[in-house]
Amino acid sequence: MNPVWRWFHQLGSPPYFYRFATRWMPWFGISALLLTVIGMYLGFVEAPADYLQGDSFRIMYIHVPAAWMSMFIYGVMALNGAIALIWRIKLSELLFLSCAPIGAMFTAITLITGMFWGKPTWGAYWVWDARLTSELVLLFLYFGVIGLASAYDDLRQGARAAAVLALVGVVNVPIIHFSVKWWNTLHQGETVRIMGKSSIDSSMLWPLLIMALATKLYFVFALLLRTRSALAEQERGKQWVREAMVEAA
Amino acid sequence: MNPIRRRRLLLILGLVAGIGAATGLALTALQENVNHFYSPSEVLAGGTPEGRTFRLGGVVLEGSTRRDGTSLKAHFVVTDRFKDLPVEYEGILPDLFKEGQSVIATGALQAGGVFVASEVLAKHDENYMPKEVAEAIAKGKAQKASQGSPTP
Repeated sequence: MNPVWRWFHQLGSPPYFYRFATRWMPWFGISALLLTVIGMYLGFVEAPADYLQGDSFRIMYIHVPAAWMSMFIYGVMALNGAIALIWRIKLSELLFLSCAPIGAMFTAITLITGMFWGKPTWGAYWVWDARLTSELVLLFLYFGVIGLASAYDDLRQGARAAAVLALVGVVNVPIIHFSVKWWNTLHQGETVRIMGKSSIDSSMLWPLLIMALATKLYFVFALLLRTRSALAEQERGKQWVREAMVEAA
Repeated sequence: MNPIRRRRLLLILGLVAGIGAATGLALTALQENVNHFYSPSEVLAGGTPEGRTFRLGGVVLEGSTRRDGTSLKAHFVVTDRFKDLPVEYEGILPDLFKEGQSVIATGALQAGGVFVASEVLAKHDENYMPKEVAEAIAKGKAQKASQGSPTP
């Protein structure tokens, strides 16, 4: 078997994942923290003020990475939901459930920072345009997944029911992304492009990319942390959990 | 892949594709309602009913802003570079309100063809740059324009 595949299969086994998470979690956490400090410093102190918006554009350094994460995490969550539904892998169910609160947090940060950016620039905290509304729908989808999963007594059954909801909601992710292109919105269009030139000066772009990486690392850290404890709780009483607890004590 | 898993996979793909198609159709049908604002061309083509409230979006025409000396009343022209529409607004304009920048105004078209706004929001674009860069670009543009036209 291909070594990457084998590693993937091993990772699906609860004791292996637990050990993997315990070992790597701190590294993800520390590098996320470091990059956040660097990114914040560069964004809030070093980057020049915008020619039009002045200093208020700096909210972007929190708003944009959080918005990217809100959609990225939804993708990861839906993928794990699909794997949980098709292959019934226990770990995927837990990964799926652990994604939801992290994604909801990033979505809430996006909406709140967006409001504080909107007031000084647009003149309003909130408008019901396609971009803002679809992002709000994303928050409700996360809440729905969390709520539906916890409405079942059986965790595995709840996870599978919520996975169906999450997969139904996948349609919202491209809508959020393309909303500024498909419709007239108050929200501005895309600034950072993977293909083609970004319409932001490079001195202002770097802190943004560092923050994007920092939030990705934080997500991995938080996902490992949550899944690890959910795993230990679900498998409690099993031999490997007892051994791991003894080891940690 | 065993048949049960294959069936589940197909079911999920079918579900996502079906919902995608349904949403796509619904949004295409509702295209007009999802748009946040109308452009001056759309308004002048008769796309909006007279006397009813709607949002107008476009660029504030350069040199069109007139402020009333004694009140907060402001007059300006919103353009999409094809058609122009005069706008009247009484109130405090947002900080980013500038000629050459975009605005979204909520209000209604009055009989004289003037759009009377009750709210004006500034729409900024996706370009971010330091002041020096913006000045350099403006200077370059001005230079190009002066080179292009015959000097007196």
